[in-house]
Amino acid sequence: MLRARIVLGLYIVFLLLPIYWLVNMSLKTNTEIVSSLTLWPHNLTFRNYATIFTDPSWYSGYLNSLKYVALNTVLSIALALPAAYAFSRFRFVGDKHLFFWLLSNRMAPPAVFALPFFNLYSAIGLFDTPLAVALAHCLFNVPLAVWILEGFMSGVPREIDETAYLDGYSFPRFFVKIFTPLVASGIGVTAFFCFMFSWVELLLARTLTSVDAKPIAATMTRTVSAAGMDWGLLAAAGVLTILPGALVIWFVRNYIAKGFALGRV
Amino acid sequence: MDKPINQGAWLLVLPVLLIVAFSAIVPLMTVVNYSVQDTFGNNQFFWNGIGWYQELLDPTTDLGGRFFDALWRNLLFSFLILAIEVPLGIAVALSMPRDGWRVAATLVVMALPLLIPWNVVGTIWQIFAREDIGLLGWVVNRLGIPYNYTADPLSAWVTIVVMDVWHWTSLVALLCYAGLRSIPDAFYQAARIDGASQWAIFRNIQLPKMHRVLLIAVLLRFMDSFMIYTEPFVVTGGGPGNSTTFVSIDLVKLALGQFDLGKAAALSIVYNLIILAVCWVFYTVMTRMDAQRN
Repeated sequence: MLRARIVLGLYIVFLLLPIYWLVNMSLKTNTEIVSSLTLWPHNLTFRNYATIFTDPSWYSGYLNSLKYVALNTVLSIALALPAAYAFSRFRFVGDKHLFFWLLSNRMAPPAVFALPFFNLYSAIGLFDTPLAVALAHCLFNVPLAVWILEGFMSGVPREIDETAYLDGYSFPRFFVKIFTPLVASGIGVTAFFCFMFSWVELLLARTLTSVDAKPIAATMTRTVSAAGMDWGLLAAAGVLTILPGALVIWFVRNYIAKGFALGRV
Repeated sequence: MDKPINQGAWLLVLPVLLIVAFSAIVPLMTVVNYSVQDTFGNNQFFWNGIGWYQELLDPTTDLGGRFFDALWRNLLFSFLILAIEVPLGIAVALSMPRDGWRVAATLVVMALPLLIPWNVVGTIWQIFAREDIGLLGWVVNRLGIPYNYTADPLSAWVTIVVMDVWHWTSLVALLCYAGLRSIPDAFYQAARIDGASQWAIFRNIQLPKMHRVLLIAVLLRFMDSFMIYTEPFVVTGGGPGNSTTFVSIDLVKLALGQFDLGKAAALSIVYNLIILAVCWVFYTVMTRMDAQRN
């Protein structure tokens, strides 16, 4: 058991060290960062964070990102719920091919889609709106949501459906009142993964926005200026992008293992 | 029990079909359209047939040479990633606590890198690995090993591989851990009574349980490393020279940097076909395995 603890301990140190370094940088002044390598901030400053919270061009980036992430999560789950039910309960013409085709979109490289998405969303007047990014992220999140939800739904015995129909439930009422609550934990896990993949993606989000809906990740490239890199500010912005993820993990920590247990990510 | 056949299920799938078709088929058709044309700007297009494809798949041309270089580089990268992350992920999963408060704490810490935006992952390592202000770069240079990822291709590769290991090993570990959790304690007890060695337990009990999740882990890690873009772009920008220019980086350079639409589109189609083929192989193997088990 000692060996296991050493392996795990080393791995966790390896994971946390770069993050610690980022936090360390974010609490330093630029003079301190550039002049010498210090293991902890000698002149502790929160100025970098203050800049982000008071400058609208900074904090609006966070709001924009959260907007399209939330929109995408809701869209993906709402669309995927009935489809996942169909895949888990029925056989129909072309079901296997359709399922494979959906999954293959999860694997499609975003770089391929960057330019055509730009043309498409410009053409329909959605360019530079959170909706454009939310729709674009549906490309990989909807298939993912269908995949995860199908796994959870297949775990619900089919007798429940049949009993409900015998009791005179119509399909929509059964689906909303009885079935959806049964797969609530599955929906939680799906929301987590949709949030995750929409939150971390940058290439499409950056390509589809310019000013009004600019995500925080794109704003961060601003710290390169004629006066050199503003390392402290860059680090502070980075730390703030880690926080929403950390919060979400904390809330779903008991479900993560379950989601992974299905082997469907 | 077999699922009943019900064509009405198509109605339930329809919304998903429409949205994915809108965001996959429409753009892909645009790409196909570009890939057979040439443009001199001003929105004037000329029919070019399969010209771009011929150039792309011929390594002696400029475009073809560039594509194959990026492709081999990318395959080498994916191979390294799998060779490191899969064994390491299994090792970490085997070392994880099985119960108690430490499970939740470990899970949260391990999932943390997965939820950091990819460009921030790049930023973290850009800072961490710098020789002047980064802990890693500074320590390595102090040890007398020359290391500078902006100037030396080997350093750049090491940085990007280590960064990816940092970023994604947790995914492999979490998947394996989930597989391990489904093993009842009775199995371990039986193995202990039989006097099975650690290796025998791993080989005969743990590995078979992880089979399916491992396959998924390999698939996901292969795909995601094969289309990696943001992280190396932030850290090295594809350099020094072209030493870390992977297929996606090259593609974005062609499409959005040089607006070489025809070439970029042909590259996109070939790139997509490779991914589709690999994906299909994995999917077939996986469904076969499921069928065997039932």
